[in-house]
Amino acid sequence: MRIPCPFCGDRDAREFVYRGDAAPRRPTADDEFHDYVYLRANPAGAMRELWYHAQGCRSWIVVTRDTRTHEIFGAELAKDAAR
Amino acid sequence: MSRLAEGGLIDRTKPLRFSFDGRHYTGFAGDTLASALIANGIRLVGRSFKYHRPRGILSAGSEEPNALVTLRKGDRAEPDSRATTIELFDGLAATSQNRWPSLDFDMMAVNQIAAPLFVAGFYYKTFMWPAKFWEKLYEPLIRRAAGLGALSTLPDPDSYDREHGFCDLLVIGGGPAGLAAALTAGRAGARVILVDEDRIFGGRLLGERYEVDGVAGVDWTNAAVAELASLANVRLLLRTTVFGIYDGREYGAIERVADHLPQPAPGQPRQRFWKIIARRAILASGAIERPLVFGGNDRPGVMLASAVSTYVNRYAAAPGRRAVVFTASDSGWTTAADLMTADIQVAAVIDSRPDGGVSASRLPHDVETFSGAVVVDAHGAPLRGVDIRAADGRIRRIEADLLAMAGGWTPAIGLGANLGSRPVWSESIQGFLIDVAPPGLQPAGAAAGTFSLGAALADGVAKAVSALADLGFAVSAPGRYEASDEPSGVTPLWHVGGSRTKAFVDFQHDVTDTDIALAAREGFVSIEHLKRYTTLGMATDQGKTSQLNGHALLAAATGKSIAEAGTVLSRPPYGPVAIGAFAGHHRGAGFRPERRTPAHDWAASQGASFIEAGLWKRARWFARPGERDWQETVNREVTTTRGTAGICDVSTLGKIEIEGPDAALLLDRLYINTISTLPVGRVRYGVMLREDGLVMDDGTVTRLAEDRFFLTTTTANAATVMQHIDHARQVIWPELDVQAVSVSEQWASFSVAGPEARRLAQRLLPDFDLANSAFPFMAAVETVWQTLPARLFRVSYSGELAYEIAVRADHGEVLARALHTVGQEFGATLYGIEALGVMRIEKGHPGGGELNGQTTAADLGMGRMMSRKKDFIGQVMAARPGLTAPDRPCLVGLRPVDPRQRLCAGAHLLPGGAAAVAANDQGHVTSAAFSPTLGHSIALALLAHGAERHGERIVVHDPVRGPDIEAEICSPVFVDPEGIRVHG
Repeated sequence: MRIPCPFCGDRDAREFVYRGDAAPRRPTADDEFHDYVYLRANPAGAMRELWYHAQGCRSWIVVTRDTRTHEIFGAELAKDAAR
Repeated sequence: MSRLAEGGLIDRTKPLRFSFDGRHYTGFAGDTLASALIANGIRLVGRSFKYHRPRGILSAGSEEPNALVTLRKGDRAEPDSRATTIELFDGLAATSQNRWPSLDFDMMAVNQIAAPLFVAGFYYKTFMWPAKFWEKLYEPLIRRAAGLGALSTLPDPDSYDREHGFCDLLVIGGGPAGLAAALTAGRAGARVILVDEDRIFGGRLLGERYEVDGVAGVDWTNAAVAELASLANVRLLLRTTVFGIYDGREYGAIERVADHLPQPAPGQPRQRFWKIIARRAILASGAIERPLVFGGNDRPGVMLASAVSTYVNRYAAAPGRRAVVFTASDSGWTTAADLMTADIQVAAVIDSRPDGGVSASRLPHDVETFSGAVVVDAHGAPLRGVDIRAADGRIRRIEADLLAMAGGWTPAIGLGANLGSRPVWSESIQGFLIDVAPPGLQPAGAAAGTFSLGAALADGVAKAVSALADLGFAVSAPGRYEASDEPSGVTPLWHVGGSRTKAFVDFQHDVTDTDIALAAREGFVSIEHLKRYTTLGMATDQGKTSQLNGHALLAAATGKSIAEAGTVLSRPPYGPVAIGAFAGHHRGAGFRPERRTPAHDWAASQGASFIEAGLWKRARWFARPGERDWQETVNREVTTTRGTAGICDVSTLGKIEIEGPDAALLLDRLYINTISTLPVGRVRYGVMLREDGLVMDDGTVTRLAEDRFFLTTTTANAATVMQHIDHARQVIWPELDVQAVSVSEQWASFSVAGPEARRLAQRLLPDFDLANSAFPFMAAVETVWQTLPARLFRVSYSGELAYEIAVRADHGEVLARALHTVGQEFGATLYGIEALGVMRIEKGHPGGGELNGQTTAADLGMGRMMSRKKDFIGQVMAARPGLTAPDRPCLVGLRPVDPRQRLCAGAHLLPGGAAAVAANDQGHVTSAAFSPTLGHSIALALLAHGAERHGERIVVHDPVRGPDIEAEICSPVFVDPEGIRVHG
């Protein structure tokens, strides 16, 4: 699999560390932390997910991937995605 | 000899000697082992998997199910090698398999008499009862009786290479369609990789006598390949099999670099594993001819018609003297013509189609033909004759030593299903075709069901043009090739019926027509169930010749159409791949990378023994002559360090620099304690939690400047913490203006510990004031050692007065030598991580056993470090009831009541007199060591209500290593609990 790192270009997926769903945002209210830490959607289809280019530029990036076909639609730096 | 007097793509000036089952023969350069055997009149080459039936050569390509041999001898012996793909080399030695005592006389052929026992699903039926007999009796028996070749079990002496390829267009298969596609793309300037598994390009053109553009197919091929070779943007890979398609347009391929040589040249890899990234790909893998299903269709002398043509035309080897052609397709008539042209007698052509005889006009001379007729049984091993059933139903025996069968063509689309798309049935070609192709891939030529030569060439051009258009390449004048559009009609005959002998569907797994009928009767009516119940298509050939016949038979048995019955998905690898090729250079010492500290070689010269810590090699201890065992060495290292001084390489610790206006704020959020209040030039111990509230790592934080910090992590968690910090600053709080970088490999650092540490360090840094007043415990400074930038930290893991000195990594060994030279004047010792571990257990510092991913800061006695004045990662979840429960196991020390007894890590803690069951378990020993300082064994443990139980006794239960030991619960700090030494 190839990951289109916005900084390094198309790279082998083995250079990256997978984290999972990019949707959860760290909450401010205490009672929202359980869901933030433990609850994840498991969509069949396009999903925005976090990858870390550990053996490259060390950027956290948000990759949009179809969980059924592994087709990758694009990627952006997590820093930019959060803004 | 069965070698034809002339013709063939063999070099008769280069004879090659080879042996089969110990007997010596001669072939020519350009031969395969199969063609050389045929040219030498050898017809029996193996015994079948289950029934030990005599088998010959069925095909002329990689689809071969029968002719499996063990190639080479000794440590290079390779079982189950297909004789049809082995290139002949001088001195080649091959042996037949699955027979005893010899190929001609195989005792195990009695399995044929026991055949009723070996029907479909026999594993599940015959040997089910009694169950315990399975392991002891039935399975060993079956394993001995059934099987293929055996591994040498010796280490592989060869090496395997790995390479990545990138291209605009990957063309899989160098037959007419593939060559046409590669020429089109190459001329347009695209980066092309053309792959073929044969030793030369050409595919079917090599085995047939058709012309392209008015010249012989072979000559056209040579011109095309010469042009491709002249293009810098085209890479040609021969002897290479694409074995799998993966996500992201990745293709796995194996290049057999040296398999055609007696052995690889020095330094040459045997095979090369290719990972090819292709923007577009064309699958021009051709088609595989189907056998026909009639009695005795597996007998030596019964071959695929296309294989007969190939042996005659390409190898000038006659597979028989008197042939019968049995065909359901037009291509069988081509083989009849090829045989006649080579002056091999054709006794009859039997066409199962009622109107098949019309093709007889294409033959060079007359032959007896039977339309609407079938072969019902073949006799003899090797073949002596066939029984045919004519259109009028009469049975007639025809003598022949060769039967060419042409059941029609199955597109070789196995790769196309690798990503999970199921092929669909095509009525027009009577075969399965790719429905949804993997992204970027298009089938072309016969793989796309375009069987005739002219149409295949045109399809190759057309598919390349469409791929190039996608990529933005302009094709000015696409090539047009004049070639015969030979008839390629077929009326499939899936099953002959009425045979008196066994009719095989899957030759390699000995699956017959009756096995499939039986599976259907027993309810295995799904194609996937049929596959697993009968093992159809599950042999090493992956059912390349058998799959479709089997599925058609199941469809017929269940009253469905083939389209309804469907077909199975094929997974990688398309052909067998040696495990060594996947491993590549990652074997033995190269299995994984090894990390060495800058002073590694010097440590080795000082007698260090090393231990693996992750990828690191760390000095474990430095044994001296006369020391009886490692324990004596470690005791000395600890005692000398605590009594005088010790020097330890701590370069493996993770090191991270954090810089920016928001650096302090980020660190406050990463650590449970407050970092922002840390003055410049001071160090603080810190603990990080995961967001779920459990401890992730611990280490030190040094403030080098207002906005610049230096962090250490444990050796094991260096990468995890770096990732965690990057996540925090890029994903959680991207608004923070802060940068982080790993400097683990930029610094070499050494700890100098013990009462003499100050005097020792002072000798190294004579101009620096190391007095407590000037440089107290937890002070740090950026300084200069000799002329080199250096950092000095007053930190201690051992509990002694200690300094950590760091220099640039490339000066690590120089510093180590200098420290050692000065240290010797003071009587200092070098110590390794074993002594380091003893001293940290003596001091009750948490290490790997305690930072186990299940402990909270409170469990480790650091609950009060957690700040309430700020937000930090893990703060909220650490307050959960489950993580704050008073009965959570927490850190305690243990000492054996009888000081002669030894505590072991991993042992469990039970109240005295309680049974050793999980319900009574109160905790476990996390770290243990012999303390030379105290003269007895000590341990750290996690124990329920531990903090309140100091002074109590408990049973340390170790069911694996020893008897129960009674121990006293105590403070985890065994040495210098007041911390006087560290401030010394």
